[in-house]
Amino acid sequence: MSTITYREALNQAMREEMRRDETIVLMGEEVGFYQGAYKVSKGLLDEFGPMRVLDTPITELGFTGLGVGAAMVGLRPIVEMMTFNFSMLAIDQIVNSAAKMLYMSGGQFKVPIVIRGPGGAGHQLSAQHSQALESWYCHVPGLKVAMPSTPADAKGLLKSAIRDDNPVVFIESEVLYGSRGEVPDGEYLIPLGVADIKRPGKDVTLIAHSKMVLVALEAAKELEKEGIDAEVVDPRTLRPLDSETLVNSVKKTNRAVVVEEGWPFCGVGAQIVDTIQHRAFDYLDAPILRVTGADVPMPYAKNLEHLCLPDPQRVMEAAKRVLYRQ
Amino acid sequence: MANRLLMPKGSDTMTEGKVLKWLKKEGDAISPGDALVEIETDKVDMEVESVGSGVLRRILIPDGKVVPVGELLAVIAGPQEDISALIAAAGQWKPAATHAAAEKLATEKPVSAPPSAAKPAAAPSVVPLPATGGAIPAVPPPAHPAGGGGRVLASPLARRIAKESGIELSRVVGSGPGGRIVRSDVERVVMEFQTAPRKPFAPPVAGPAVAPAREARPAAAPPQRPIVPGGPDFQDEPLSSMRKTIAARLTQSLGPVPHFFLTIEVDMKRAKELRESANTLDAELKLSYNDIIIKACAAALRTHGEVNASFRGDAIRYHNRVHIGMAVATEDGGLITPVIRDGGRKSLQQISREAKELAGRARNRKLLPEEYTGSTFSVSNLGMMGIEEFTAVINPPEGAILAVGAVVEKPVVTEGRIEVGLRCRMTLSCDHRVIDGATGARFLQALKQILENPVYLAF
Repeated sequence: MSTITYREALNQAMREEMRRDETIVLMGEEVGFYQGAYKVSKGLLDEFGPMRVLDTPITELGFTGLGVGAAMVGLRPIVEMMTFNFSMLAIDQIVNSAAKMLYMSGGQFKVPIVIRGPGGAGHQLSAQHSQALESWYCHVPGLKVAMPSTPADAKGLLKSAIRDDNPVVFIESEVLYGSRGEVPDGEYLIPLGVADIKRPGKDVTLIAHSKMVLVALEAAKELEKEGIDAEVVDPRTLRPLDSETLVNSVKKTNRAVVVEEGWPFCGVGAQIVDTIQHRAFDYLDAPILRVTGADVPMPYAKNLEHLCLPDPQRVMEAAKRVLYRQ
Repeated sequence: MANRLLMPKGSDTMTEGKVLKWLKKEGDAISPGDALVEIETDKVDMEVESVGSGVLRRILIPDGKVVPVGELLAVIAGPQEDISALIAAAGQWKPAATHAAAEKLATEKPVSAPPSAAKPAAAPSVVPLPATGGAIPAVPPPAHPAGGGGRVLASPLARRIAKESGIELSRVVGSGPGGRIVRSDVERVVMEFQTAPRKPFAPPVAGPAVAPAREARPAAAPPQRPIVPGGPDFQDEPLSSMRKTIAARLTQSLGPVPHFFLTIEVDMKRAKELRESANTLDAELKLSYNDIIIKACAAALRTHGEVNASFRGDAIRYHNRVHIGMAVATEDGGLITPVIRDGGRKSLQQISREAKELAGRARNRKLLPEEYTGSTFSVSNLGMMGIEEFTAVINPPEGAILAVGAVVEKPVVTEGRIEVGLRCRMTLSCDHRVIDGATGARFLQALKQILENPVYLAF
């Protein structure tokens, strides 16, 4: 076990995979010479050289398409989006090419690409740079979507994503890059599609992903002081979703609160609620509540930004509501 | 802001109330604290006070009329305020005002930040003031009215638990938003209400000549009711919640369930030997006849699974596990059936221990819901009361119940000679929709054989 940062964990994952398999290449803006916009790819250009670590121009659509093409003919590219806000510029290549190529080619072309980068809010990045777009990608058959919340999850999931022959959208978080956590030494993989119970409990299930896991854990800690034992479940992979673990948790606690950073309407939480309600209907003692980001473009002002994001207090209120303990 | 005056729920058991006398008339100005109307609950007469101010605009229920709890009695509002909507809604069930804020929960909107302030829809409803001047009871009638037009709101989990426990949702008061019945409400009801119907108790008499059929425990006698000469001709005591449900369930059982009864007499000689030798080997064990009978039933039910069944309307459910409920009287004159699960897989020792432990807690009403629900067969034993034989009412949704009488010495005929035998008469009540005479008889034959040859219990 070592205690490392989330960004180090990602760095290790890429480095180990690139050592293991020379068809793996990394491309994106500032990934090489600048050592990565967030230093996630630090040292990779030095170790692997310019044929495997490519600094691209500012043209997401272009280099994502390049990545898809490369994947189709035998490489395993990792395409970095400086933030997932910019992925919108590349979305045609992700959704229409990467996601559909296997299907449309009758299985002849697989696209083992990983599109990774930070998503969601940072600090005062404002409306166009704070978006949580995972539900857009979760919507598309042909894509997998993973969102680690801890360094261990980041390393294990990224390695699995790189080894997966399907296109994987891998959304990290700028705010989490500096967070520290224990990561097992040696080869460490976490399969995609498996959720993780971050905190076992019995009174209420809190489901959260990415940085909202920390919010949920904080809420659970405070709830404990009031005698409420909350279970925090992190799906880790949003598509395919580990329904089994989520449903079993709710069958145990009889109530759930889903926490997500993104906008409420048609957010990931809506899917999670639907999955739970139809599979655990007779076990629900209360409606499932969601705590989401505010349904507005993210403000620039610090105080407003804070108001727009879920915090432990709101999660606690929702938990108490579903427990009928106002 | 208009204020609705509803028939308050003056007590736990109250489902309807009578308007005795209006103390104000339409058009009167009302201040907070004014006594508005005298009502009769199921227990006392009380005055209902106003908490808001305004004008008593409309009285909907006249003196002398009986209405369900929650019914709109009157509207207090500003002198010119439009109250037509409130009056039109009278007769339909509406959630009490204090639930308006919590009603947001029912609309299932996501709690997005920043949270919108919860706006209560109306002023709080009135607080009834008991005529005796006692403490002001808790406020609004959240329960759906007994005869009202509203559907029963209950969480899916609450419905499932109610169904499994045989509780009618309409008897449950919901504490959730909008009067929603939630798990804790049903569990509270299950806790209060007994589910094992049995013949009424007599205060304990001197035991029979032989050792009592059950571990002799001084059951607290239910409240004595001596007849006082020179007193009134009668007094009515309103049914406690428990009695009401026993009444309902007994009727529910005996009504739709076609009972028939099979009696068999079992030679308890070998069972006595087993009991005595077990208790000699283990002084703490104190094995009772009932423990042996429970285990024997579990064994017999394993090979005669047709008796371990329930009628489910369009199917017969054959349970694959044997959970036996044993009827226990509680200290305050009630009944409950704690369940011994998987009796067939437990040793006599385990069953004995569990039976004692459960019975002890049952008497003190300290059982958990999962401990008194889920039985597939029941055993009721009145032997220690000296009852030689009786018929019990089936505990729905089970298919049968065994009524065990006292173990007595009596003259018996063996190979043409008259001898002293040790016998116990047991009567099996069967649901004829599930079990036929021959099926029930075969089960009893198997049970008899096991009890008369307890070595079978070792298999």
